[in-house]
Formats: sequence, C-alpha cells, structure tokens
Amino acid sequence: MDRIPILKMGRFLLVTIQVDMHDRLALALQDDLTQRIVKEGTRGVLIDISSLEIVDSFIGRVLGNIAAMSRVLDAETVVVGMQPAVAITLVELGLSLPGVRTALNVERGMELLRASLDELSYPEVDGYAE
Amino acid sequence: MATRSETRPLRSEEDVVYSRQAVRSWAVEMGFSLIDQTKLVTAASELARNTVVYGGGGTLRLEQLEEGIRRGLRLVFDDQGPGIPDIERALQDGFTSGGGLGLGLGGARRLVNEFHIRSAPGEGTSITVVKWK
Amino acid sequence: MPEVSAIQAVLAEDEARLLDDWMREQFAASNVRRDLMSDAELRQQSAEFLAVLRTAVQTGRLDSVAGPEWAPVRDVLSSISRSRALQGFSPSETARFVFSLKQPLFTRLREQVPPERLADEIWGASSILDALGLHTTEFYQKSREEVIARQQQELLELSTPVVKVWDGVVAVPLIGTLDSARTQVVMENLLGRIVENEASVAIIDITGVPTVDTLVAQHLIKTVAAARLMGAECIISGIRPQIAQTIVHLGVVLEDVTTKASLADAILLALRKTGFTVTRIQPRA
Repeated sequence: MDRIPILKMGRFLLVTIQVDMHDRLALALQDDLTQRIVKEGTRGVLIDISSLEIVDSFIGRVLGNIAAMSRVLDAETVVVGMQPAVAITLVELGLSLPGVRTALNVERGMELLRASLDELSYPEVDGYAE
Repeated sequence: MATRSETRPLRSEEDVVYSRQAVRSWAVEMGFSLIDQTKLVTAASELARNTVVYGGGGTLRLEQLEEGIRRGLRLVFDDQGPGIPDIERALQDGFTSGGGLGLGLGGARRLVNEFHIRSAPGEGTSITVVKWK
Repeated sequence: MPEVSAIQAVLAEDEARLLDDWMREQFAASNVRRDLMSDAELRQQSAEFLAVLRTAVQTGRLDSVAGPEWAPVRDVLSSISRSRALQGFSPSETARFVFSLKQPLFTRLREQVPPERLADEIWGASSILDALGLHTTEFYQKSREEVIARQQQELLELSTPVVKVWDGVVAVPLIGTLDSARTQVVMENLLGRIVENEASVAIIDITGVPTVDTLVAQHLIKTVAAARLMGAECIISGIRPQIAQTIVHLGVVLEDVTTKASLADAILLALRKTGFTVTRIQPRA
C-alpha cells in the first residue's frame, strides 16, 4: 500500500497530502508520523492540505488525533492551506478541529512553529567569565 | 423525475473513495458551484462510510433530477445492516459524543437541501439526500 | 412510417432552393427584425440549421427529436437561441424562426409526395418542427435565467468589496441590510480574498449595518470559524449598541470572536497582530 511521504525540513517534519485518501491510508499516516516524531526528536509538524478538496469527519478526526498525539510527544502541529470551500463545509458539519493550529501556507506555518518554539525554549543563562 | 441514474457498490474503503469521485464528477457535470460540490461530496463521504462501516456494506444510487427548470442530484444510500435504533438521537449526535453512534448524520443533513432516512433495528437503513442547483 | 421518408428526400436533394424559398418567406414576414440582425447573418443561421436538419433527418428517428442523432440540431438551435436572447429577440420571434420553415417545406412536399401519403408526411414534418420550435423557447428561458443570475451575482460582489488594508490585513466594510444570501456571498468572497492576499487578519466592519438577525449573526460566526480553519483571524468591528443588544437577546454566542467598537481600533489591533506599529513622526500642528 502506498504511504504518504514525510519530509524532514530543518527541525520540522512536513507532510503534503495530495491524494484523496481512503481511511486506511489516513490511519497509516497517523502511525508513520508519530513514529517519525519520536525517531527524529522533532518539535514541529506541518501538514499541508492545500491540495485537499475534501476533508470529511474521518480526516478531520485524524488531523485532530495527530495534533493531540504530537503534543504528547512534545511537538506542535500546524495544518496549513485549507481551501475556503473545505473550511466552510467543515464549519457546516460542526467540526472545529480543536487543538489544531492553522496557517495559510507552509511559510506562515513554519513562522508559527518557530515563534512558539522560541517562546517555549529556556532563555540562555548568561555566564560571565572573569 | 430522474433523467439519469447509476448504482455503485459500497463494500470497502476504496468504494468510499470511488463514490466521492463519482459524486464529484456528477456535480461538476451538472454545474454545481464549488462550495455546493464540496458539500455534496463531503456529505456523500460521510454517508458512504456509514454504509460500509456500520451498515455492513450496501449501495449508492446517484440520480440526476429534473423538475421543470430546476435540476438536482439525488443520492440514495442503502444497506441491509443492523439499522439505527434511535433515529432522532442519531440526528442530533455530534461526531465525538461518547454514548451515541457518532454517525454524523446531523452534520451531513446540514450540507444538503433534502434529507430522508428510513431505518429500524434489523431492517437495514436507507438514506436519501438531494441537493438542488 | 415509410422507410425513406419524403422529408429526407426533400432536404437531401434541394437544399439550396429550399433555403432560398425559406429566406424569401422570412424576409416577407412583417416581423422580421432587421434592426437586430443583418440579412447575411439571418441567412447564415438558416443555412446552418438546414444543414444539421438534413443530416439528422437522414440518420435519426423521425418521431422524436430527443435522440443522440438530433444532438447537433439541438446544439445549433441552442446557440441560435442564446445569441438571439442576447441580441434582444423575444422567445416567440426565435420560435417563429423554426416554424417559418414549415411553409416552404410543405410546398416541396406537395410537389413530390403522392396525395395518399401527403397528409402523413406533412404531419410528420410539422411535428418535428413543432418540437424543435418548442426547444428554442426552453433554451431561451435558460439563457435569460443565466444572465439574470450572473447579474445578481455581480451586483452582490460589487456591493461588498474586500479591501487590503496593509500587508496581511484585509477588511470588508458591510453596508446596508444584510440578508442571508448576501452574507453568504460576502463570506465566500472574503475567504477567497484572504487566500489571494495571504492575509492573516480579516476585519469585518458592520458600522453601516442597521440590524442583524439570528441567521446573519450565525453566518458571521461561521465565517469567523472558517477563516480560523484557514489560518486567518477575524475581527468584527463597528457593532452598534442596538446590534449588541440584539445579539445578546437572541442568545448568539460570540465568545471566540474578537470585537472592536470602531474600525480604527480594529485596524490598529490588526497591525499589531501582524507585527506593525503606528508611530507619530511629526508633532500635531
């Protein structure tokens, strides 16, 4: 079975979903991502759905699960590029994807991840040498 | 009055994807707006999945409707599965509610113009939705 | 119905003369619209119709014009109806275009068909032309509806423009009463512009809106939710006291939505959110 490729981009992982996924494929992605997060020690995951013309409740739940699982593994997830028609339909369906951060595109998503990680990282302790 | 119709099997996850594509293609051909296409395909995806997962497999019938000037797309989801015990409750259930079936019927209903459901324990389920152009 | 119908023969053998007779018939009519269409154009339309009619009659059934062999005829008629509708012809004028072929056609049939078959042949030819004439009125209807729908859409879009305030900030100032249809168009428009402008903040200003009902309030909330799913944040500004009261009274929940009293406040907030600040570089005069 084909699996959705996961790319490493600097300190983040990038997933670009371009196919109409059947349920098994989405669940495989969930598994693969959690494994990669642990393997790479990644702190941020970007999921690009700008090519997805349909996000139904199953995919919505998978995205929510990925965000929740990543958080347990100390990583932030940002879903980017949701198409307007998809957003309107999801709202109508009653799915708000709680716990899933969003951005307009990959670039903005990375800025978001960087900003939140920098905020969270401990400040450098200044040690003055004599 | 139905001017064109097609019946497709809903037995596997792949069938759910194929029916999404079929509904999309019919909706595009009939000239639905992008938003309406998206709503139709999404509703179809929900209902098709229910048929496969909860209903034990069944069929989807697509029908092009013409009533005078107005045109519509009708989708009928049939299965011979266990049936839905409390339809009212199923229609109100959200997707993540603990006790309910989580079928998302209420959500799917909001995406279409007409929604009819016939179901009873042991008698299978038949759901018909229509979206007018 | 005889194997080879006389109408097939008439159309096959003598198309040129039939066309001339038909043109004479059309020009002689008191209602020819020379103000809307030139003689040359009318002749061209007639010739085109006769040509596809001849082919269809050869290959297709003669008791119905719905089959696939008649598709070219229906297509030619639909494009003729559409262009005539745009030019300003009334639907009966366009239908008469088809019906006017009857007289020259019947004349030919009378010349060629033996008397005992004549009635059937004329009836057959008449039925075909009647069905085609009725088709033109349906196509006409549809074209007009398309024009009206498109005009309505354009009006809706024009009356609710989305403007770019600054990099990454767009605003839509709503003016006048909002109804469900209009709010939906605004919603779709706004979301599209957010993508186009790569905006992360969208300001919806309702200073110019006198009243808001539950449906409209719900549409606004849905817009805010959809924008958030796309990665943009909305600020609703210009909420009048009366509207605030209505919203609370109707039980509409606005908790997740940022609101500002004035557009100016909203713009300032939006700029801050996108990393900008406004600094005075000249003392006030």
